[in-house]
Amino acid sequence: MSAESRRIQRISAHAGPVPGTGTVREEKVAKLIDVTTCIGCRACEIACQEWNDLPFADTVFQNNHQTMPDTSWNLWTLIKMNEVEHEDGTLQWLLRKQGCMHCADPGCLAACPAEGAIVQYENGIVDFDHDKCIGCQYCTIGCPFNVPKFNPATKKVFKCSLCSDRVENGLEPACIKSCPTGCLQFGAKEEMLHVAHKRAEQLRDHFGYENAGVYDPPGVGGTGVIYVLHDVTRPEQYGGLPKDPRVPATIGLWKSPLKWLGNLAMVGGLVGMIAHFFLFGPKTDPGDEESHGTEKPDD
Amino acid sequence: MTNSWNDIANTDVMLIIGANPAENHPCGFKWAIEARRLRNARMIVVDPRFTRTAATADFHVPIRAGSDLAFVGGLIRYAIENNLYAREYVLNYTNASFLVNEDFHCADEGLFSGFDAAKSNYDQTTWNYQPKSGAGTPGHLPENVAADPTLQNTHCVFQLLRQQYSRYTLEMVERITGVPQAKFARVAEEFAGIRRNGDMTRTGTLIYSLGWTHHSIGTQIIRSGAILQLLLGNIGRPGGGVNALRGHANVQGATDLAISWDSLPGYLKPPTAGDDNFATWMKRTTPTPSKPSEWQSMNYWANTPRFAVSLQKALYGPAATAANEWAYDYMPKRPDGRGWWAISEETVKGKVKGAFCFGMNALALAPSVDRTLAALSRLDWLVVCEIFPDETSEFWRAPGITAEQQAKIDTTVYRLPGAGFSEKSGTMVNSSRLLQWRDAATPPLGDARIDLEILAQIFWQVRRLYKTEDGAFPDPILNLSWDYEDPERPSAEELAKELNGRALAPVTEGGSTLPAGSQLPGFAWLRDDGSTACGCWIYCGSWPEGGALTKRRGTEDPSGMGIHPNWAWSWPMNRRNLYNRASCDPQGKPWDPGRAPVWWDESAGRWKGHDVPDFMVTSAPKEHMGPFIMANEGVGRLFAPLPSLVDGPFPEHYEPIESLVENALHPAVPTNPLGKKVETSFDKFGTAAEGYTAVAFTMRLTETYHFWTKNNPANVQLVPEPFAEINEQMARELGIDGGDFIRISSARGAHICKAMVTKRLPALQVNGKHVYQVGIPFSWGFRGIAEDAGRTSRTLVNLITPTSYDANTRTPEYKTFLVKVEKVDKL
Ligand code: SF4
Ligand code: SF4
Repeated sequence: MSAESRRIQRISAHAGPVPGTGTVREEKVAKLIDVTTCIGCRACEIACQEWNDLPFADTVFQNNHQTMPDTSWNLWTLIKMNEVEHEDGTLQWLLRKQGCMHCADPGCLAACPAEGAIVQYENGIVDFDHDKCIGCQYCTIGCPFNVPKFNPATKKVFKCSLCSDRVENGLEPACIKSCPTGCLQFGAKEEMLHVAHKRAEQLRDHFGYENAGVYDPPGVGGTGVIYVLHDVTRPEQYGGLPKDPRVPATIGLWKSPLKWLGNLAMVGGLVGMIAHFFLFGPKTDPGDEESHGTEKPDD
Repeated sequence: MTNSWNDIANTDVMLIIGANPAENHPCGFKWAIEARRLRNARMIVVDPRFTRTAATADFHVPIRAGSDLAFVGGLIRYAIENNLYAREYVLNYTNASFLVNEDFHCADEGLFSGFDAAKSNYDQTTWNYQPKSGAGTPGHLPENVAADPTLQNTHCVFQLLRQQYSRYTLEMVERITGVPQAKFARVAEEFAGIRRNGDMTRTGTLIYSLGWTHHSIGTQIIRSGAILQLLLGNIGRPGGGVNALRGHANVQGATDLAISWDSLPGYLKPPTAGDDNFATWMKRTTPTPSKPSEWQSMNYWANTPRFAVSLQKALYGPAATAANEWAYDYMPKRPDGRGWWAISEETVKGKVKGAFCFGMNALALAPSVDRTLAALSRLDWLVVCEIFPDETSEFWRAPGITAEQQAKIDTTVYRLPGAGFSEKSGTMVNSSRLLQWRDAATPPLGDARIDLEILAQIFWQVRRLYKTEDGAFPDPILNLSWDYEDPERPSAEELAKELNGRALAPVTEGGSTLPAGSQLPGFAWLRDDGSTACGCWIYCGSWPEGGALTKRRGTEDPSGMGIHPNWAWSWPMNRRNLYNRASCDPQGKPWDPGRAPVWWDESAGRWKGHDVPDFMVTSAPKEHMGPFIMANEGVGRLFAPLPSLVDGPFPEHYEPIESLVENALHPAVPTNPLGKKVETSFDKFGTAAEGYTAVAFTMRLTETYHFWTKNNPANVQLVPEPFAEINEQMARELGIDGGDFIRISSARGAHICKAMVTKRLPALQVNGKHVYQVGIPFSWGFRGIAEDAGRTSRTLVNLITPTSYDANTRTPEYKTFLVKVEKVDKL
């Protein structure tokens, strides 16, 4: 991959066409997460924080090896751990790496009123430009995966960038590099899909997982992060992976007739917050209510 | 490991028992995942907890801690009774056909023949083979062993083995382990079933770790695994073996270089008080072949004198001569039974004046915090070399010590700032016996120094004092060979070369001669006449004249089996899989042509292969030389004769010293009759009647590394507080919610932590009793980021662990003891 991989394909709140479109198209990239070979070692969590210079947090024990209930502004990826008891009495401990899915149709980007705060490169990576982020948090509503997280101290929203800086320099994302089992792989989306489908077939044919399959949800145009699941018919059991994620309908609404609001919003976060209230009601992201440790640095 | 990490990828089925590699060896575990990806290999995990290893497995078998030997005994019986043992392998490569002394009897009633109740010890006379003729010499293995190749004789090892395990029926296994019969049978068929219809192509690997060693019958549990793997013909084969996952990145290296009280470098047996001179020491520790006369045994340990003399030459140089018996008087003579117990006991009695703790946190590691505290308090001085301030170097601050008690402690503590692993060059030896050189990534921080430098300077000062002020028996100190360019800063390179060994005079081997001063190319060159020096014979060959083979990074793999012969160097002589002769049938043809590490090449008249043959390369199959070249017999020991082990020639299930249930096999002999149980005022043992009704064991977490990582913000974020895993139902009964503080107490003390209430630690039915188990990670203490900030409990887990030990190795019984769990309101 090269500097080309930062060529922009979509820009938040941008009126005209994307500058430079129509030139050479970069290959779409993807991260493959084979949930069936994740050992929950959490090396990827720390590798991500270290590469992206995110501060470690004071946490408290949560009756779970997961420790942190969800991702946060300083923890862009975590392993969701769920003990699932099946009817036949067998137990499964599902370990799923949660983080930004890098949707082909990113709801975050669609919802964002600040021009250029969210961009989608031609390689498919959805990235935030924090200098341009106005802190309105629309993206958190637009995202069907509950990914972008607000830092009240800096009034900016953060999420996984798929290590666009590393990818630009021909490296794999930091989580991929740290993963000891090869459960994380990175490459061209086509190739990752091929690997994923072969693995799902192996799980069906040799390991008795009849419903093994690949999670690449069409409702958001497919994703730049794809999963192999033991049971693709029940993604919810993997710590709330939505079954049929879609960009909220309200985003489409907002995008056309109410665009002026967005322009206003650029004037200041306050206006944005008011607009947010009128459009969606008070923010009720449960993650914000819980005073879990990852929020501590702002206390 | 008999095999290697990479080799796990060659297996068809894994039995992971007493180990949790996904959490404790995550990087090595990738090979287990590879076996599943590449070969659809099956994975069976036997563990009280549904671990993160179990999360990727086909089967999780919850088991009662401390009952693994009964589980494996059941597998042995299953293999024999269902005709799933590898008959040709067993007949030719094990001592199955050897006849045993007619007076020997199995442990049907709990004791093998020869038990002396007064001494709590065995007279091992009957634990011997029958000589083909004559009466044999008591206490020695016969040179020519009587054998019955039909395996029918009631005194042959195979029939005795069958008899010994005939009691380990499905029903008995269930009563002891809590594993339901149907589940056991299913798993037994999965593992032993690879030999259905005499199929010899498939292989199964057995993977264990500290879950097997930390028991009063630890050595025997491991023996049972070896017996199972011999029966199934899995040893010496790609994807097979008995694979110990070592507990630290370099503990294999530490063991190779004599970290244990019972060995010298390269596993030479140390002299004891009874060995009057070098010759008697050598006579006692150099084995002689013992086998049917028509078979061959290489008996490689016959070379013991070469290794021992070369070690003495490395240690004492010119001061070790034939005339002074290679400075034999300089060697400490080991009394019996050392280890944690003896050290702390003698320190408590005031016999030890000072102690060095380098890279080990004695207070947190030794099995009784109270006793270690008493011992450390009696020392005049204590030197601790660490990278963080640890519990040992601040032992007087342990919770519970009063100001008054503190005032009475007179120990002077010297804390030396050591260097971390990435600040040191040198080799690390992993579980695969692979010596990999690595260069320091960064110089030590601040005043920190690498241990080599610290130790060298201490030695240098001690020697100066002996020189100037004399002292008792100065010779070993004054004559220690110290031939380094900068004597105060020996380099890791110099030491590595010394461990490899060099010629002190011209040496000839296999027709070629090396001049004096040459680095030796292998241990075949070692001599017992003082012409070679070698610090550790198994490392000989790692640094020949051409340079360090440990620094190689060749990734080529002509075998296609992950042998990578040019990647670093593994002992012995770069063999990746030990006993690999056994990967071929008696005629020298691979059991599985698709996975052949070595084979006999008839036209060349020698053994060839991708791996280095672990064998005499010119010995033709018709000579019937046994593949187990380190054993007197040349074959694998289903029956371990004479003093191989103190507590029995076959493994027998005994209950842990603290147990909830009677021994279902023989209630009259519940625990290991030789298991060491110490009972001073510090050593107390509890019973169910006293309220200790749950089975506890210690464990590690992937997020922590011993007691270090509580000083690192990243790890503290991941696991902020000490906790213990308890079963949901138990929690309900005790009114405990997840996250509540709990007190886990044993007869010895109490540990406070938070409760992790989980489905992953199921209750078991054991011999009619409902058994709850408690898993307690041991990585916390009273020094660390959260501890110092007063955010966490500060009790060490070893406040509650028992002071009972394995009968052979003196390894503490950390993996099974009895506790009581209660909810507490606050810290
Ligand atoms: S997962 Fe959410 S944050 Fe990531 S690209 Fe999709 S909509 Fe945007
Ligand atoms: S590094 Fe890999 S195996 Fe470990 S938790 Fe992350 S995804 Fe899972």
